[in-house]
Amino acid sequence: MLQFLQLVVSGAAIGCIYALIALGFVLIYKATETVNFAQGDLMMVGGFVGLSFMSLLGLPFWIAFMLAIVAMAGLGMATERIVLRPLLGQPAFTVVMVTIGLGYLARGLVTMIPYWGTETHTLPVPYKDEVIWLGGEGTGLVISVEHLVIIVVTVLLVTSLYAFFRFTRLGIAMQATSQNQLAAFYMGIPVRRINMMIWGLSAAICGAAGLLLAPITFVHANMGFVGLKAFPAAVVGGFGSIPGALVGGLIIGIVESLAGFYLPEGIKDIAAYIVVLLMLVLKPNGLFGDNTTKKV
Amino acid sequence: MRFLFKTSYAQDIALFRHSGQRFWYGALALALCAAPWLLPDYFLSQLTFIGIYSIACLGLMLLAGFTGQVSLGHAAFLAMGAYTEAWLQSKGWPFALSLPAAALVAGVSGVVVGLPALRVKGMYLAIATLAFGFILEEGVVRAEGITGGNTGLTVAALRIFGIDFDNGRNFYYLVVAIASLCVIGVLNLLRSPTGRAFVAIRDSEVSAQSMGIHLARYKTIAFALSAALAGIAGALYAHKIRFLSPEQFGFLQSVELLMMVVIGGLGSVHGAIFGPAFWIVVQQMIVLAKDYLPPVIGQQTGLQPTIFGLILVGFVMFEPMGLYGRWLKVRIFFELFPFYRKGMFKRQKSYMKSERVR
Amino acid sequence: MTAALLEARHLSVQFGGLKAVNDVSFEVWPNEIFSLIGPNGAGKTTIFNLISGLYRPTSGEVAFAGEVISRMPPHVIARLGIARTFQNIELFEHATVLQNLLVGRHCHRHTAWWQDLFFTGSVRRAEVEFRHQVEEVIDFLGLQHYRDSLVAGLPYGVRKVVELARALSMRPRMLLLDEPSSGLNTEETDDIGFRIADIKHDLGITVIMVEHDMGLVSRVSDRVLALNLGQELALGTAEEVQAHPGVIEAYLGTAELDDV
Repeated sequence: MLQFLQLVVSGAAIGCIYALIALGFVLIYKATETVNFAQGDLMMVGGFVGLSFMSLLGLPFWIAFMLAIVAMAGLGMATERIVLRPLLGQPAFTVVMVTIGLGYLARGLVTMIPYWGTETHTLPVPYKDEVIWLGGEGTGLVISVEHLVIIVVTVLLVTSLYAFFRFTRLGIAMQATSQNQLAAFYMGIPVRRINMMIWGLSAAICGAAGLLLAPITFVHANMGFVGLKAFPAAVVGGFGSIPGALVGGLIIGIVESLAGFYLPEGIKDIAAYIVVLLMLVLKPNGLFGDNTTKKV
Repeated sequence: MRFLFKTSYAQDIALFRHSGQRFWYGALALALCAAPWLLPDYFLSQLTFIGIYSIACLGLMLLAGFTGQVSLGHAAFLAMGAYTEAWLQSKGWPFALSLPAAALVAGVSGVVVGLPALRVKGMYLAIATLAFGFILEEGVVRAEGITGGNTGLTVAALRIFGIDFDNGRNFYYLVVAIASLCVIGVLNLLRSPTGRAFVAIRDSEVSAQSMGIHLARYKTIAFALSAALAGIAGALYAHKIRFLSPEQFGFLQSVELLMMVVIGGLGSVHGAIFGPAFWIVVQQMIVLAKDYLPPVIGQQTGLQPTIFGLILVGFVMFEPMGLYGRWLKVRIFFELFPFYRKGMFKRQKSYMKSERVR
Repeated sequence: MTAALLEARHLSVQFGGLKAVNDVSFEVWPNEIFSLIGPNGAGKTTIFNLISGLYRPTSGEVAFAGEVISRMPPHVIARLGIARTFQNIELFEHATVLQNLLVGRHCHRHTAWWQDLFFTGSVRRAEVEFRHQVEEVIDFLGLQHYRDSLVAGLPYGVRKVVELARALSMRPRMLLLDEPSSGLNTEETDDIGFRIADIKHDLGITVIMVEHDMGLVSRVSDRVLALNLGQELALGTAEEVQAHPGVIEAYLGTAELDDV
């Protein structure tokens, strides 16, 4: 039982990472009806940016964390402005290909930057390798601080996002844009600028995910492939639903963690994909998704 | 500019629209036949690769470009073909049987992967195929008895009717012949009811249904044929590389196939050949350029992905019809010279049609 | 007395809490032009979608030539001989006009995909035959000029005709026209009116039409069914329906409200 709980906690922590990346997908999907396949790579860049702030500028972890998020937001907005704005109104597939290209580009470019390169880096976080015991040292539940930080920061981020969408003018404008671009445009909402901000927000969230994940997996150019597991998370939750992304991420994380222990070797890596295929067969719109049939 | 005066319905159906086309494709065929005598072995080998990838891209083009079903797991079909061929060859099957068998195995796996396509579309389908790709890749790693797992598998040299196809020239001819047959097959499909049904599904599923097109049936056919073509490419790839390991057929390979198709020009058979040709030529140019670049840039492993990433983004942004689109424009420029206008192919600005119902 | 070609029996469909069509029954006789009118949201297009199988009725059924079709998938219904057009034009945008029309011949194909792959003799003969039949439709609707143009580049009025031509290429027994005149100018609307009459007289096809333009409706329709909020209001000739108090009320609102 303890073993089970242990697996659930570590699974939930990884699940939070998937959830954050999935949240990035969902924000962009809701706003523009396209999927950003470079989301995982944005996360990787976030990891590297944070790493540089810490080791090159010698900033403490939390300041580097904040700065990296801001930098990522800037990168996200710049990407939208330069690459995606000209493609506004083109079919979804066009944008998907562009983001695939951007991801490909990012993976190549990162290895060419001096100091980042092809090596694996360790992010020197202050809470490295610390653990907390629940229910008695040596006998109770052991939670590594790395996992705990992931969960806590995710909860904080999601709550503030919720408040942002619920209570701020900008958040409400973003919701309006995501529901009906044209109508929002007619109501005087600057749709393009909103799209840009959504990209910024999405990239910032991914940057945060990258920095949270870094202590566990290290920072390297192929770290972004974790982002591919956020697709199942987003689908399970129902593409386009923010609570769905969270629940989906947690489900994928926990299933994966349990599969790694209880099922034969190799299943862990594909558990997420098996879950998503089951989901697509049983309930294609996901847990929280809305109906998407076309009207004629 | 050429004006066609059609006098029979057969002219609308013919593969070549006019004698000029017949001449130029004839010239191309001659050039391909003469290539082994004109090119050094290394370039011939690259040309062979173009042929192999063209077959795979033709499959993906049929699915993504003509039926509108995006696949992000196409490398898995390549793997199915490659491993089936390798295994059957090791069991002593003749090539004439093992190649169709490889196509069949890949085709059947295509039907399985296509099953979700009957229920979901767009992004969901892309993710379903992605998931299948990963699962099949893992399956290849686990099925060590057949595939050799992560240690890899050596493929026997190819012999057909006692003739050695291991050398560059014979194998090149084999690939060119098979690729040509595949191209003709796809062109035949596209000028017949099946191909029109694919295009109909791509452009509007509702009206395709109302025209009597059985969506599930045609999507399944598209997936099966597309996967079978990838399987044929995989089988040839196995003989070309002579060594198979699971990471050759990973997600990146799927993405690269899709990139080739998009760069070539989605929705055109030309694109399925232009794409891989461009890809391999640029790859070789990068290899050559490395010697002249300062080592800081030239020795970087990231150079190639960076360049290809840029090329893809550039194409999607500035030439969405791909190389085929560029080719059309250049041709029309010369045909109309000097009357070509700049705005002739201008993309219309539009707000995206939402598929959502609110 | 001849048998009805199409019969809707107590047709109802519900989306969530909304009863889009509520207990509607009507019969369409062979070789007549039958119009559905009513304000927006009356359920006209929904009835089309029920006939062509895109929606399943919650209760009731549709019978075509004596056969219940309301449980059949759309492609089977199309093969029985029901063709349709769409309110917002659903053409195959990235194909030529000719290709669009040839798709209309799809339900008459008798070759398999593997025959297509090799383009066997029977495929070739069938293609020439299809091409010939499509040419007749092109002649009938005067589309010769646009034969090889891409649909995406055509003006709205022509696309409307192309969609009609595509439906006619199916050589259907019954044709459902969803707002044939929407978005057309008066001249084009007159043209469409003549064409619809020709379809009935020259080709012997039964037409059901959803239309807002009352001029067009009264000119071509044999009978008119008025709907409001998913329910039948009136059925009869165009004049009878237009004079029906319920119809006037549905279009113009009640007298009391007019006092404001």
